[in-house]
Parts: sequence; structure tokens; C-alpha cells
Amino acid sequence: MRSRYFTALAVAVLLGSGMLVFAKPPAGSGSITGKVTYTGTPPKMKPIDMSKEPSCAKQHATPVLTENVATGPGNALQWVVVYISAGDQGSTAPSQAVRYDQKGCQYLPHVLPMQVDQGLQIYNDDQTSHNIHPLSKINAEWNKSQPPGSPAIDTKYDKPEFIPVKCNIHPWMHGYFIVLNTSHYAVSGEDGSFDIKGLPPGKYTVTAWQEQYPAQSQEVTISGSEAKTANFVFKVLPY
Amino acid sequence: MGKLFAAVVFVITLISVAIFVMHTWWLPIDISTTGPAVDRQMNDTMIGTGILFLAGQLVLGVFVWGSSSRKSGRKIRIFPGGATPLVTAAIILVGLEILTLTFVGSKAWGAIYLTPPAANSLRVDVQAEQFAFYFRYPGPDGQFGGLHPDKIDDGSGNYFGLDPANDIAARDDIVVGSLVVPVNRPVELTLHSKDVGHSFYVRELRVQQDFVPGLDIPLHFTATQTGKFEIVCTQLCGLGHYNMKAYLEVMPEDQWEQWLKSQAGQ
Repeated sequence: MRSRYFTALAVAVLLGSGMLVFAKPPAGSGSITGKVTYTGTPPKMKPIDMSKEPSCAKQHATPVLTENVATGPGNALQWVVVYISAGDQGSTAPSQAVRYDQKGCQYLPHVLPMQVDQGLQIYNDDQTSHNIHPLSKINAEWNKSQPPGSPAIDTKYDKPEFIPVKCNIHPWMHGYFIVLNTSHYAVSGEDGSFDIKGLPPGKYTVTAWQEQYPAQSQEVTISGSEAKTANFVFKVLPY
Repeated sequence: MGKLFAAVVFVITLISVAIFVMHTWWLPIDISTTGPAVDRQMNDTMIGTGILFLAGQLVLGVFVWGSSSRKSGRKIRIFPGGATPLVTAAIILVGLEILTLTFVGSKAWGAIYLTPPAANSLRVDVQAEQFAFYFRYPGPDGQFGGLHPDKIDDGSGNYFGLDPANDIAARDDIVVGSLVVPVNRPVELTLHSKDVGHSFYVRELRVQQDFVPGLDIPLHFTATQTGKFEIVCTQLCGLGHYNMKAYLEVMPEDQWEQWLKSQAGQ
């Protein structure tokens, strides 16, 4: 009789924890780290002439360069988004919004990843008007004027998409919103390195996206709290 | 009351004329070879229209003054022959004035628009877009690369639509946001627009020319003074029109050569 009671309790606990797993995947402790590099000769990034907007020009001691192929020492490739494109069990968007700044007539950061339905706050830190225009095709398209001192634009995207962002006033301003279906992503830094943390055990497809070159994918299997390495090499052309 | 009104008319007229005669708000300095002819034309127009303005206002004032003390019941006098000869005379007078100005001014116009640019002109391509101007120099090879509107990509700085991957002439083209020219050398611009109508206007050059999408419009000038001058868009082109401007920098020849070399290095 007593043993039967314990069995029932054990089953209930198991079922309960099973339901918990179903409702919310456990934050794993596996990770994928690596480096994004290039082979070949990258195009020369061009200096941006902001002289028509003196309040921006004076914020930069040397001219800002275009960022479509941003490289670093050791053939590092910056602004590459590395994310789990398959195998992720999905998760709800974090309550913390991501922040996008218009500062010195530049978009900071150049590439901003976020999760579907995650809050997005866009600030104008400049003494000039901006008119941000994300060129979305799957999500609803909009453009909004933001004079200096305006409150932040508070928005979100409800479908995954890679969205080029431009300013309708300053043609050189250029960035990307990367709306993903996963919370597991990273952007390669100046040294090309990235670090995706908190992965539960599983079989994943890891994709690296760069704005100018075709995306690349790798299969990575994580068991337990493994730290796996995945490196990506992009072939670049001077023109 | 009538006499007061007449006095006000006289005062306004004389003050307005004085402002023009004393050049209180006059044209900015002229830095182009074709500028003096434009200024002369402007001056002639101001004198012609000024005299008519002065005469018209003074006659109005005199009539107001005279009529104010008129007793009612006095016979109204009209222009001999009625309104028809009066209006005809006015049309002939104004028409003659406009024709004369056009005839005299055609020389100034012709110097800018009907004279081909000098053979040693510096060629610069201009791309206007919402809301900036971009300028292209042919680079060390002296050749402009072809334009491919489908290749235009502001994000990577390709404002003109060059195709350096397939077009060797385009590889060394210099694209900048300011128009930098040597002093005393003829400059030949070709104006293109990426999107809508814009206008290239430099007050000090006395030159104003619209951009028309789909057309390559030639324009030439020679700057005779060094300095930095504003290029503004004077064709309402959208939300950011107020903000659409660039700078014309006129430099001594050797300094300009250096500037060009430093740009080619990038």
C-alpha cells in the first residue's frame, strides 16, 4: 500500500516535470563559440562625408567608414550574425527591449539582432532630425520622422526577417534589424569571435549571416554542458 | 485721411527705393566668370522695374492727394479714348521693356547655356538624391565608369551605381560629398538625379540648374576666387529638402591636386 503511494507520487512528479519541460525548455549550459574570418581581398570601406550635417561631422575625429564588409586584425569579419536556425525548441521573447541608437548620423549597432516579439526602442541622440525607414517585406513596413529630442520609438516585429534599415534624410545611414525565431544568437565582434551560450543538449543547425555574402550553416550536436567550437570562413571579393 | 494715406504711399515708396539704391540687402559676392553679366542683367532689370515702380507709386500718391480734397459732384475725367488705348499703351510699354531685357540678357544666358565648355574643363559628375549631393571624379585613369542604376547601394557608398567588379574604368572613380575644384579652371558638370527633381544652386556662382530624373544635364562654370560656398537644393524635393546641401570648395590648383591625390588613395 505504501509502496503504491510512492509510485503514484513519483509518477505525478515525473508528469509534472514533463509538463514543465513542455511549457518552458530548460536553459541549457552548452555553448558554441568560434570565430568568423574571411579569405580573399575584402573591398575597401569608403569614408563617409557628413559635411552637410555639421552636428554629426564634428562628432567624428576621422571620417566614419562604410560597414558593409567590416574587417579586423587576423582576417576577422565583424557584424556577422551567428544564430541557431534549426533545432531550437523555441522560447518566449525576453521582456528586456533591445536598444538602437542614431548617433553621429550612424546606426549603433550597425547590426542589431532581436527575437520575434521582443521590444525594440529606437533613440535619436543627434541634434538633427532622422527618418528611420526599416525596409521590411514580410513584416509591416513603416518610416518615422524623429526630430532631435523626440521620445524613443517603441516597436517590435512579429515575424522573423532580415531587415535593411535606412534613413530617409541621410542616405549614407545604413544598418540591419535581424529578427530571429530563437533566443540563441551572437554577433561577431571586431576580432570576429562570437559566443552562443545557454544551449540545452540537442542537434542544431548554426547559421552565419553576413549582409553582403551568402549565409553559411553547420551542424553542431551538444550533449550535456558541452562547449563546442564552430568557425566560419567567408570568401570575399575586392569589388 | 486721404492726405495721410498719400503721405504713407510716398514714404513706403521712397524707403523701398532707398533700400535697393543703397544695396542694403544685395547679392552675395560673385565668384564666376559668367557672374558679372548676370549681375549686370539683374541691375538693368532692377533699374527698369525700379523706375516704373517709382513712377507708378508716385502717380498713385499724387492722385490720392489730389482726390482727397475733391468736392463731390465734380465731373470725373477719364483717359482720352477710354480704357482701350490706356491698356494697349501699357501692354506695349511693358512688352517692350521685357523684350529689351530678354534681348540684352540673352548674352548672359548664352554664356552659360549656349557656349560649349572649354576643352580643358575638369569633368565632374553630380548625383542628386533625397537628400544629398554626391560628386564623382574620373580618378587617375581619366575615365568615368559606366552608370548602372540597379547597382546603386547607398549602404556601401555606391551612390552612382558603379560596377567595379566588371568595369575597370569605375574602379578608381572618386566619389565624394563635396564639390572641390581648382580656381580659374573651367568645370563641366553633368547632373543626374536618382529619384525626383532637384536643383543645383550656388549663389556666388550665379548658377542655378534643375536636375531632371532620366536626363543628363550639362552645366559649366569657372570659379575665380578660392573659398567655401554652399550648394543648396532649390527644388522642393520632399521631407528633407531643407537639409539637402553640400559645399563647393574652390582651391588653388596645387592644393587641389593634392586633395585629389589624397582622395584617390582611399
